[in-house]
Parts: sequence; structure tokens; C-alpha cells
Amino acid sequence: MKGSPMRALSRALVRGSTLTPSASAAFLVSSRQPYSTHPPNAKLNLPTDYSTTPLLFQTSQSALANPELSPEVRNGTTKRMNLFQAVNDALSIALAEDESVLIFGEDVAFGGVFRCTGKLAETYGGDRVFNTPLTEQGIMGFAIGAAAEGMRPVAEIQFADYVYPAFDQLVNEAAKFRYRDGACKRNAGGLTVRMPCGGVGHGALYHSQSPESLFTHIPGLRVIMPRSPLQAKGLLLSAIRSNDPCVFMEPKILYRAAVEQVPTAAYALPLSKAEVLKEGSDVTIVSYGQPLYKCEAALRQAEKDMGVSVELIDLRTVYPWDKEAVFKSVRKTGRCLVVHEAMINAGIGAEVAAAIQGDPQTFVRLEAPVARVAGFSIHTPLLYEALNAPDIARIYDNIRKVLEY
Amino acid sequence: MFSRAVRISRAAPIRAAAQRVHAASIVSRRTVTTNAASAQVDKSSIPQSDEEPFSVRLSDESFETYELDPPPYTLEVTKKQLKQMYYDMVVVRQMEMAADRLYKEKKIRGFCHLSTGQEAVAVGIEHAIQKTDDVITSYRCHGFAYMRGGTVRSIIGELLGRREGIAYGKGGSMHMFTKGFYGGNGIVGAQVPVGAGLAFAQKYTGGKKATVILYGDGASNQGQVFEAFNMAKLWNLPALFGCENNKYGMGTSAARSSALTDYYKRGQYIPGLKVNGMDVLAVKAAVQYGKRWTEEDNGPLVLEYVTYRYGGHSMSDPGTTYRTREEIQRMRSTNDPIAGLKQHILDWGVASEDELKGLDKQARNHVNEEVAAAEAMPHPEPTPKILFEDIYVRGSEPQFIRGRTPDENFYFSN
Repeated sequence: MKGSPMRALSRALVRGSTLTPSASAAFLVSSRQPYSTHPPNAKLNLPTDYSTTPLLFQTSQSALANPELSPEVRNGTTKRMNLFQAVNDALSIALAEDESVLIFGEDVAFGGVFRCTGKLAETYGGDRVFNTPLTEQGIMGFAIGAAAEGMRPVAEIQFADYVYPAFDQLVNEAAKFRYRDGACKRNAGGLTVRMPCGGVGHGALYHSQSPESLFTHIPGLRVIMPRSPLQAKGLLLSAIRSNDPCVFMEPKILYRAAVEQVPTAAYALPLSKAEVLKEGSDVTIVSYGQPLYKCEAALRQAEKDMGVSVELIDLRTVYPWDKEAVFKSVRKTGRCLVVHEAMINAGIGAEVAAAIQGDPQTFVRLEAPVARVAGFSIHTPLLYEALNAPDIARIYDNIRKVLEY
Repeated sequence: MFSRAVRISRAAPIRAAAQRVHAASIVSRRTVTTNAASAQVDKSSIPQSDEEPFSVRLSDESFETYELDPPPYTLEVTKKQLKQMYYDMVVVRQMEMAADRLYKEKKIRGFCHLSTGQEAVAVGIEHAIQKTDDVITSYRCHGFAYMRGGTVRSIIGELLGRREGIAYGKGGSMHMFTKGFYGGNGIVGAQVPVGAGLAFAQKYTGGKKATVILYGDGASNQGQVFEAFNMAKLWNLPALFGCENNKYGMGTSAARSSALTDYYKRGQYIPGLKVNGMDVLAVKAAVQYGKRWTEEDNGPLVLEYVTYRYGGHSMSDPGTTYRTREEIQRMRSTNDPIAGLKQHILDWGVASEDELKGLDKQARNHVNEEVAAAEAMPHPEPTPKILFEDIYVRGSEPQFIRGRTPDENFYFSN
């Protein structure tokens, strides 16, 4: 079938005009097509093949070669896991190693809607893994209170879209606890809040939002988004062990899609530290979460077509973020684009771009303005979700733009 | 931990008027039935004419009250109304079944919550209020959207993501709005304080209007529900809060999530009325009574519609992991709201079996035609205007999209 709605839409958007008669015909012909598919015959916007992407470790050796792992872990074994299994593994380890770890949220005792907490209630008991009523503000306040007493609660908000009633608790209670408690030295640092975020292709207004940048405005919170099962396990364990309240956002589209070899031992990965996924000399791409896979596909094509070398950085913790790693890379390449799924206005891209131009040594090395490739400033619409999130073509085009500036 | 907690009744009435105590204590011993065919009628009183009203005696177990005299147990209806209620419930069910089919065919994607089994609530409410009244509900909203005047094609079109859908295809299942109907709200409990605001505006502008505010048993534990109760009572608003208690908030049964499962008592200082939500006649009687209550400036009421959803919480929930198949089967076979009303209509000689079959067929054909029309609807026109419309005032959309410029054209043409 030629001319999917989405591609026709892209073309027409580009022209800034309505459809031509022939495109309209194609549009009608294709009206039976489900609304969240990839355009046929596309050269760039191909579906992500998670089984071949270099961002996921398909072999035990490659997974264990990670220098961030301790020697004991590197001498251990691995197991193939998808992202929800890796989260489950981390939660299980946390429950086993620390009596003060608690897990609660809506339907978590049954395994949760995304199966992240499966079997935990059976293994560790209903006293430590339990369901809450549908009461997000209550869940968060309850978790903060427990954390203030020295517990390590891992609260789940079923979808990041539901966190807003709990926003006050996070901003005004969790984040400020240590600051306002002063000499008493209590804090809500044991708190970890997990929430699935991001698009799934058809989540519409209240199941596809990426609200991470709202939390990055709040000093006191650590905001983390893993890209893969291996990362999720290590970062989640770090978040639970961390003495700062952590917001742990899991890209829900990766729960089943992203599968890789994950070390079976307990291990922690550093928070607030970026990772260079691929070194390069001409352009730096800064991203986090699911769009990294699209960045990887785009840069591979760009390197082939344009004969350049592109560096890819995963921020991992989006606040407080690893400025030095980004500055170091941009000082080397002189060009930078920031890619994220959340809307462009006041997003992570804005913060990264502003920080780059605000750092004198990095600013003088810039060869082109920092580009942002992000969601449009719209609500997540049912029909246009795939168009809204940055796609490979948009990233590819922006690589070209910063190179040709 | 919580299983060890001692269950205590937290429902001490705070201001039992002396003359009410007796009646209330008798009533409170009964539990509300979910029998959908428990009303009785003196057959000799049934008129020939379709338009002439006659009295139906509702079952003694149709209501329970809290700090409130029970509504009259007799309800005036006409044959025409009964047949219309029957037709409406069949249309709602057929529409939900069509959505189920389209979802399974992967034509509808995303999140879709069906109300199969709960039809008597949406239909009973609409038959008790006027078009000038307002309704606001949660994401299980297709039936309400239809009853408020949305067409089947616009609802199915919305689910399919078509431009002629009720919200231009941009919202999908959970977000449906029409005149006098304020959604369709995706966030659990968020519609309740909004409903209090609607009721305030109605009181402010006058005209004996009320707002019917619906939420589920799961949502009734959200803090903002209680905030709304307080404002509604404080300012004596014409708000008919109503908990659609279908026994399960997602996968958690009411008793496992709520310290007090008598949701009609949750208003504490607001009188409550628990209703057999499987019986469309009981729902109609209760809401009529509630409407009159607000018209007499008595302020809000908290209703509880005792109902049951046959399907899972959403399309991705089989609905059988937290309850038995037998329970579902028993509710379907013995308490079905459509079968219940059908039995009444036949027993009372309101219509013949053939006539009802005709109504069934008419409803089915209507839904089939509307679904076909929805499937034939075009996708939205691919323009930036449509992508950006309705975020700010219409007409102020950007003429171009940041990040999309004409020189991109090359990359999108294959």
C-alpha cells in the first residue's frame, strides 16, 4: 500500500499545504490501515529492530565487558531479560538485601499492569509488597512519610500521566525534606518513585506523556531514565540505595521490546553520570531513553552518507545531569543536537543547549547552534503519536543541518 | 500487614434527626439487591395507550439510605418510556460490542474501557434528567456520551481516530464530550471536583439545573473526591455525586482498597442513597428523586449505583484473574439489566416478544450502519493547522512546525 496517512501527513506538513488530489486518493485507500504503523517503503523511518541494535548486548561477553561493573560482577553470569524482567530482578534484589525496602502501588501485588512486580508479593510477603487504593497523592505522601522514618519505599505510579496529583508531595515534601529539616537531619532520601512513561504509538492524552522535564526543575530530586534492561537494573538499584529521592522513569515501549543479556548479580550503575555510547569527532548527540535507538539508526545512516563520525551520549540521569561529559564531548566535536520525546518547550534540550552556550570554554568551540529534536508543543494525540515523537528522518536531517551550518 | 488490621465500622451518622432514626435503622439492615427484574406492577392498571403513565412498585431492596428519607418506591412510567429505555440499553451494549470487535481487529488501538453490564446506569440517569442538566464521568464513558446525544458513528469514529469522531479523533476512548456532557476523563477521580464546578455554575446562573457526577469505586479513594464533597456541601451545590460501584477498581476488589465500602456514606455530612444499579427503573427513580432534592435547594447527594462490569477493566485486562468466571457468569445470567427489563416488558404486557425482537433488530441495524459509517470516515486532513488546533484559541495556530521545514521534503518522499 502506497502513501500511509502518516507519511502523507509528513509530506504535507513539510509543504505546509493540504493534500494534493492524488495524495488524497492514497489517503483514502489507506484509511483502513491502523493508525500507528510505520510508513511503507521508508528509507529512514524503519521500525527499530531491537534484536540487532548495538545498544543492546546480545552476548554475555559484551554485557560483562562494561567497565562500570565491578570485577566480581564481570566474572559472573548473565541472563537474557527484557526491561520489565530487569526491573523485577532489581526490585527482587533490593527486597532481599534490605529489610527496609517496601514496594507498593496500584495493583503491584498482582504484578502490576506491566508485570514489573510479578511474584514479589508471593516471595517477600504482603507486608512488604502490597496494593494501594487508587490515590496517587496518598501513595506519594505515604511513601515520603515511610522514607522519613528510614524505610526505603519504592512507590509505583501506574503511568507517569497519573503523577500530577502526587506532584505537590514530590515537589513540596520529598524534595525539600532534608533542606527544611536542617539540624534534625532527617530526609526522604529512601524514596524511589517508579513510573512508566513515553509513547506506545496509541496511548493518547493520558497514557503516553513524558513529564520528566517537570521534575528536572526541582532541586532535591534525582530523575533517571534507563535505555535498556542492563541499565535499568543497575540504575534502579542505585536509585533505591541512593539517599536522595529518585524519580525513576521507565520507557514503557521498551518493557517487552528491549531484550539483552543482563548480569545476574546485584550491581549498581552511577547516578548523575552520562555514558558515551559511541565515540565520534564531528557531531555530539545527547539523548536518553527510547529515542537513543532512533539516534543510533540515524547516525549510522548519516555516517555512511556524509562520511562523518558522530558521538552518542546517554544522559541516563536527566537531573542533576552530567554536564562535564557533555561539555567535554561538545568541545571536541563543536556540534550538538539534543533528542527527546517530550515536547520541545522548556524540555531537557533547552536546559542542555543553554548550559552548553553558558559554558565559556564550550561556547567558543561551537561550530553551529545546538539543535533540539523533540516532540512538538502539543498534547499527545491519539492519531499522531508516531509523528509527534522524533523519528529517524528528523534526527538524520538535523545531523545534516548542524554539519552544514 | 493490612490483613491484620481490625475492620471497624467508620460510619457513624453524625446528625441523625430523631424522626429519621427509626426508618433509617430498618432500611440499613437491608442490602440493595442487584436483581434487574425485581419491580412489580398491578397488571390491571396498565393502560392501552403508549403515552399514559402507570405506577411501578420497586422492590423494597432497591435503595439504602444514609441520613436521608428513601425515595418513593413507586415510579410513574409509560409503555413508550420502557421501550425507549430498553432500546437505549441495547444500543449501548451493541455499540460496546462493536468497539470490542474493532479493537480485536486492531482497528481501534490504545486504551479502551467498555461498560458492558453497566448500561442501566447511563440509561437510567438520562431518563431521569433533562438535557439542560450536566453529566460528567470517568473514562468508561461511551454509554453516557451516546445517551447525552452523541451519535454512535461519532463515538466509534473517535475510537478509530477519524476526523468526524466526537473529539476529532484525537482523544480516543476516554475523552468524549457533547452538549451537557463534560467527559470522558482519563485521570481517575479528576472529574469529580470539575463536576462540583459545573454544579456551582448551574446554581449561579439559576434555572433548576443539576450536575450528575460519576466516578468508580476505585476513584472514590482519591483525595480530590473529598475536596469536592466539602465544597459542594459548603456552598449547597446541586451536585449528584454518584459512585458506580462495579466491585473492582481495576484489579482490586472494593473491600481490598476501601476502608468503608458503603460508598453512599462517604459524603459523611452529605446524605447518601445506594441504588440497585442493575435495574434501570431503580436508577431512574433515584436520580429523579435526587434531581428534585437539588431543586428544593437541599444541596448535594452522594449516590452509589451498585452495578457490575462483565468485561475486564480495559481491553488489555481479561478480567478473570481477580474474580471467578462463575461470578461473572452468575451476574450475566441472573442480573443482566437488559434481560431484567425485557422480562418486565413481557410480563407486564408492555410489548410482545416479536415487538421486542423488532427493537433488538432495529438497535443492531442502527449500530451496524453507524459503525460502517464510522469506518468509512476519512482520516484527518494532514495539515499543521489540525495538528496544532485547539491547544490555544482557534486561528492562532503556528503556520509552520518547528523542526519541520520545506527542505525536509526529500527525506519523506521515500
